[in-house]
Amino acid sequence: MAGPVVSSDAAADSQAKISADIEEISRDYAASGAVETQPRIDYAPYRSSILRHPTKDLHHADPETIELWAPAFGQRDVHALESDLTIQGGGEPIGERMTVRGRVLDGDGRPVRHQLVEIWQANAAGRYIHKRDQHPAPIDPNFTGVGRCLTGADGSYSFTTIKPGPYPWKNHHNAWRPAHIHFSLFGTDFTQRMITQMYFPGDPLFDLDPIYQAIVDPQARERLVATYDHDTSAHEWSLGYVWDIVLTGSHRTPTEEDTDV
Amino acid sequence: MSEQLVPTPGQTIGPFYGYALPYEGGEHLVDRSDPRAVRLHGTVYDGHGEPIPDSMLEIWQADADGTVSQEPGSLLRDGYTFTGFGRVAVDNAGHYDFTTVNPGASEAGKAPFIAMTVFARGLLNRLFTRIYLPEDGEALARDPLLASLPEGRRETLIAEREPDGSLRFDLRLQGDGETVFLSYPNHRPGDPA
Repeated sequence: MAGPVVSSDAAADSQAKISADIEEISRDYAASGAVETQPRIDYAPYRSSILRHPTKDLHHADPETIELWAPAFGQRDVHALESDLTIQGGGEPIGERMTVRGRVLDGDGRPVRHQLVEIWQANAAGRYIHKRDQHPAPIDPNFTGVGRCLTGADGSYSFTTIKPGPYPWKNHHNAWRPAHIHFSLFGTDFTQRMITQMYFPGDPLFDLDPIYQAIVDPQARERLVATYDHDTSAHEWSLGYVWDIVLTGSHRTPTEEDTDV
Repeated sequence: MSEQLVPTPGQTIGPFYGYALPYEGGEHLVDRSDPRAVRLHGTVYDGHGEPIPDSMLEIWQADADGTVSQEPGSLLRDGYTFTGFGRVAVDNAGHYDFTTVNPGASEAGKAPFIAMTVFARGLLNRLFTRIYLPEDGEALARDPLLASLPEGRRETLIAEREPDGSLRFDLRLQGDGETVFLSYPNHRPGDPA
């Protein structure tokens, strides 16, 4: 097992040490010739992962019964106004107003219809509504940073929000997370369930961040970066970003009936 | 054959989901007063055997008669409809509680189980597992997934029935007694999670 483990909140190491570790893993990956599309779950530069990842291989399972279905969500669960994070307080939140929109697709390119999308994020100053977030940046009384919506028949989603700020954390000394929005997604079967983070193009913190870099494949991690879309921006109102999400392929696919012609 | 798209990578849930994801009634798939109500509970542990205080769990299961619900209303429960989905954040001691029913077998002779996903700060991608009921020994012995596991790991997927009828299911993310976590065919081979 691992040697002495440093508390994930010790902020003991320098950015230079973390960056060197990231670089070494990156070099080894490039030399391996393998292609990975998901994050490593064993990624020591992200200190709190050290004791929180399984050391045994994931065990192959053929999905059965309940795993071939996903919970259904509907208008009962989600109000249409929950997709606008700028109208939840008594006034306008401070920050750069923006729209984030895109589509949720399965691995076969089919839209994931009428399914739940949940987001949460820091405010413009990089502060979350959470007792654990005590860094000295202001809370915005008009911004909770929490939103939900159901996808449309074409798998589309859209949120109105403000751009989150980067924020400090305690992985190492002077550690800062690139600005991001957390996304929680369901598919048509439970094996597609995922949670991820959307980032913004050109963030100078990408190379320094062990959570983003835990996706060791450069092309794969770029899939988490939204695209600025001027057509989504609105005159004298907001900036627009587009980000499509692909879930793993459904197991309960158009099956024998479709191919058996 | 349609071309396969490459799935979007996952990321950790991080520490700040508390205001966003857990919701009132999330852990109550049925009311405690329901005559079928069963407590499902346990603790999530890290590789040093310490409880993890910032983990979130979800379950998805059939009704007591094996029916898979496709009813909405998990986020705003009406108290009557069984939706099959539950979500709970563990407490400061890493402990969780769901109130649910024993799932019935969806196909005759199959061992019923509850599907579970695990999220935590420090866990870079979600994990999937199954919670089997301990009672039907013959069905458990025939279960293809359990049969494919080495002796000594199989029991990490089988809940313990406590004297009051509760189901106890602890999760160990690493180390001694590490819970078996699953990958499915639609997860790309070679990917770490």
